[in-house]
Amino acid sequence: MRLVSRLSRVPLPALAVVSLVLMMVALTLVFYVAPNDANQGFSQRIFYFHVSIAFTAYACFAAGAWKALLHLWKRDPRADLESYVAVHQGVIFGTLVLLTGSIWAKISWGHWWLWGEDELVLFLVLFLFYCAYFMLRFSVDPGPQRANFSAVYALFGVVLIPVSFLAIRIAKSFVHPEVFTLHGPNFGGWILVTYCVAQAALLLLAHTLYRVELTGKRLDARLRELRFA
Amino acid sequence: MIRARKVGKRFGDKRVLRGVDLDVARGAFAIVTGPNGSGKTTLLRLCAGLAVPSEGDLEVDAPRAAVGYLAHEPLVYRELTALENLDLYGRLYRVPERRERIGMLLERFGLWDVRHDRVVSYSRGMTQRLALCRVLLHEPELLVLDEPYTALDTAGAELLDAQLVELHGERTVLVSTHDPDRVAQLATQRLALA
Amino acid sequence: MTYFADVGALARKDLLLELRARDTLPAMLLFVVATFVVFHFSLPAHSSQLAASGLLWVAILFTALLGLGRAFVPEREQRVLDGLVLAPCDRSAIWLAKSIATLAFLGAAELVALPVFALFFHGLSGATIAGVVLADIGICAVGTFLGAMAVATRARDLLLPLLFLPLAIPIVVGGVGASVVGSPGRYLAFLALYDVLFGLLCWATFEYVVTE
Repeated sequence: MRLVSRLSRVPLPALAVVSLVLMMVALTLVFYVAPNDANQGFSQRIFYFHVSIAFTAYACFAAGAWKALLHLWKRDPRADLESYVAVHQGVIFGTLVLLTGSIWAKISWGHWWLWGEDELVLFLVLFLFYCAYFMLRFSVDPGPQRANFSAVYALFGVVLIPVSFLAIRIAKSFVHPEVFTLHGPNFGGWILVTYCVAQAALLLLAHTLYRVELTGKRLDARLRELRFA
Repeated sequence: MIRARKVGKRFGDKRVLRGVDLDVARGAFAIVTGPNGSGKTTLLRLCAGLAVPSEGDLEVDAPRAAVGYLAHEPLVYRELTALENLDLYGRLYRVPERRERIGMLLERFGLWDVRHDRVVSYSRGMTQRLALCRVLLHEPELLVLDEPYTALDTAGAELLDAQLVELHGERTVLVSTHDPDRVAQLATQRLALA
Repeated sequence: MTYFADVGALARKDLLLELRARDTLPAMLLFVVATFVVFHFSLPAHSSQLAASGLLWVAILFTALLGLGRAFVPEREQRVLDGLVLAPCDRSAIWLAKSIATLAFLGAAELVALPVFALFFHGLSGATIAGVVLADIGICAVGTFLGAMAVATRARDLLLPLLFLPLAIPIVVGGVGASVVGSPGRYLAFLALYDVLFGLLCWATFEYVVTE
């Protein structure tokens, strides 16, 4: 928490530059430094992004729920917009999880979609859930009611994540007896370093995008306020 | 009873109320006037506790159980009878000697004979009378009445007049109206919204 | 204790309204039986019995949605919800009472639907019945909550299935698991866990749905 609050004081251009540099480093490591996987070869390198994007998406949903809680509990007037922007970033990264997972599945097994892959199925459920979040939000006029509805639904989201995860796990015994796993490589050496750098780069990128969107939305709100004052 | 300082209310970009200052002492009778769209209903909803102001401070010195709010809509179920509606509210407000109180109110507002009829069969004036019964049921300390004379016929309006005279000085009343002359002799203060 | 008195008064009102208007329960009954007939024709000959078990859960879910969409309609007309919100009772009582009422309607519909299913397709195990009961609780708790939100939006009836179905996927998993797997214990436990988790969440947050 303290790290995040310190991060939000860094000026936006600096943050953008740092996340760009870190992204470059991550790409270099992924394509030139990390070793080839013994089973899946070169294509396995998508793992570094797929997994770290998924983690970033979870982080965004969790941040959205945390801000939602702040709205309901502390009545923080900024929390509604922050929660919405965090969820929005989560959906963007969640879509990327579906895309990268799909590509990986196609290359490894020749299918664009695998019901046997827990994380893909979970992200599909979450994608549907958070799309409904947007439908809900855009179907209510701006104001305290919309803020409350969005916050409550975002809280449902963080409970749904573990419950769905468990559901998909236990569904396997009757829906999909054969088990595929997009198993990552055994961690160690450059693999671990590469993964950590990629993860850090994506989290920072998400934070930067969050700040950019938030700044834009706040500016927009301020403009409207001045126009209607 | 009510203390408002620079109270404002916005719905997104739409500002419906701005900079309202209002002090209503216990036992006062305040009328709120203003043209359509001036925010009378919004102000009353804020005072009744159905909404919170977007800016400014508002203190209402009455718990929820001690507020009676008459809205534009009667806030009763159309498919239930007058008796069933009042019985539900009586239970929720934990009105002592519920049946007697309900009977007395229905009698006073001339609805006793139709107490077993569903509200959907009532005229607008009768529904408004029932809404008044609902508001008075739990003998609220603070009455917030939004255009109470709407749809009432002469007899109904006179019943309401008599009721307001009876409550005058004992209970705090905040009433919005198009026709301030009707309650002018009761009013202890007036707020004109623009 | 007064809390349960409030819940009782509110739930009684919902049952009374249904008795008066009689529009939800007959619709649910007709819908669920019609769905079974549709299923008969959408299952090719020699499909496994398991397929029918799976479809039972689809029928239950959509029948419930039909009832849940109607749940807050009496409150929406005339904005009666404002009146309930102003009353000094705890706001979560409004949700709990409505959930109990919708649970009663869904249960009543299933009292007919399950024997009809057994007649049309195949008999039902005890675990399936237990699964249906546990699933109904979760469906009604979450569905009623979302129904209260949906009626306050512009999209209204359109929104409820969109909000509800992603949240209902775990219920379907638990229910189907309980009806097709040999040892249904953990699926029933999962349904119970769902009921407890989401029940508590709904109970704790309903206040924010009906107030500013």
